[in-house]
Amino acid sequence: MRYLLPAASLARREVVRFLRQRNRVVSAVLQPVVFWGLFSAGLGGSLKVASGTTAAAFFFPGTLVLVLLFTAIFATISIIEDRREGFLQGVLVAPVPRGAIVLGKVGGATALAVLQGTLFLLLAPVAGLHLTVLSVAQTLGVLALVSFPLAGLGFSIAWRMDSTQGFHAVMMLFLMPMWILSGGLFPSEGVHPVLAWIVRVNPLTYGVAALRCVLSGAAPSGPSLAGSVAVTAAFGAAMLAAATAVASRKTRP
Amino acid sequence: MFGLLGPNGSGKSTLVSILATLLPLSEGRASVFGRDVALSPHEVRRSIGVVFQSPSLDRNLTVRENLVHHGHLYGVSGRALRGTVDAALARGGLAERAGERVQTLSGGLARRVEVAKGMLHGPKMLLLDEPSTGLDPAARRDLWTRLKDLRSKEGVTVLVTTHWMEEAERCDRLAILHEGRAVAQGTPAALRGALPFDVVQFRSADPEGLLDAVKGRFGVEGAVQDGAVRLERNGGQEFARQVTSVFGDRIDAVTVGRPTLEDVFVRHTGRGFWEGKA
Repeated sequence: MRYLLPAASLARREVVRFLRQRNRVVSAVLQPVVFWGLFSAGLGGSLKVASGTTAAAFFFPGTLVLVLLFTAIFATISIIEDRREGFLQGVLVAPVPRGAIVLGKVGGATALAVLQGTLFLLLAPVAGLHLTVLSVAQTLGVLALVSFPLAGLGFSIAWRMDSTQGFHAVMMLFLMPMWILSGGLFPSEGVHPVLAWIVRVNPLTYGVAALRCVLSGAAPSGPSLAGSVAVTAAFGAAMLAAATAVASRKTRP
Repeated sequence: MFGLLGPNGSGKSTLVSILATLLPLSEGRASVFGRDVALSPHEVRRSIGVVFQSPSLDRNLTVRENLVHHGHLYGVSGRALRGTVDAALARGGLAERAGERVQTLSGGLARRVEVAKGMLHGPKMLLLDEPSTGLDPAARRDLWTRLKDLRSKEGVTVLVTTHWMEEAERCDRLAILHEGRAVAQGTPAALRGALPFDVVQFRSADPEGLLDAVKGRFGVEGAVQDGAVRLERNGGQEFARQVTSVFGDRIDAVTVGRPTLEDVFVRHTGRGFWEGKA
């Protein structure tokens, strides 16, 4: 109770705020469609997709992860605004464990990311992916599993920042490459060994692989579903721990 | 009602942050109602409500949603919370605005929501950091009336920081802060009474000339302040009469008064209230 009620209330606030900012909702719906269209149309020709799948189908899981990345990260960097506008000090002065604040913020961001991922999922038939009740249920689970560590990562980075400008540099230098090297934009077979190695240690790779598995029924290559889910869950636990540790430091309120 | 009076940078906000358990102490100890802020922060947090200098309301949420969220943070929910929120809205005169988003409220109303929020969980002490900032005079008067009510009707200790002399005057007790130290403490009347002199002011077209003349004739110290000659004397009435009888043709107006809190401040810090650090 000491954890869950404050956390749930904070998470709910994230969702309510999101739904009340109309431009955020509109861009949330349109942005992934634009990205997916551009990837499929622009890159599809130069990519040798394994026989049996289309470019649109190949880019679908990757775009889905990009959607989660953007949403989860941008939802958690609102902690910078919360701090600047003063809302955060009201939360910090309440008798709430820091872990609950992290859980609320990260949970809210995860909920938003899943919401947006689900919207994008409606386009799966257009990509030629045949969804069943089971695969949709599995996909929703994986969406949450992949969003959570991304939100935790965003929180950990944003907690100590004063401005959102600083965050954009991190986004471009660190988070975008992390996505590009996750197997969502191009297959890791046949790339330079160093890159292939980075792809293998990149936790996001396993998120993309898990989504590819549940969306297409079976992974043609790459890590197994069970392995991917395990790695992603571990990534989530690590990021939650990191975010809680960062937020519990006494030095700066 | 305890006031902390001091200019910007004197340590008022820092003190509030420390008491609110937001800033760690580098040395020394602080306690609230006998609870050490460093050792039992959660107990301290339960016993205080805080109104910060910058608003802590979510502008995208309605008044009611902000209060409900606050209740959740303090572990209250369901019907009990609804009753508490309704009562707080009624007490703050906010019932009709409960469904409006905070961003549409005037500064005065928003500050009232802020106070209602700070008091929602029934704290024994309310800390307010410069609550009058940005309020128009009517809203400021309204705020202070409400603070007085909190103290007299509900027995809440109100700790308020201010740099307004008029507000400091309304507090029961006062501490004057200067560069992080409390240089004087007491009731406003006692602080003023402790200065054993009257303040005599002469308005003149040529205050510097008049000051020199008065100094030469009566052998006293004084200063020119805001275009008037200002002297601190025992028996101000008599002194004013003597000066006017000699220099009456050079004086436009005379005031004799008891020292104000501003005089108290100058006396204890050795500088004008609005003068920054040298």
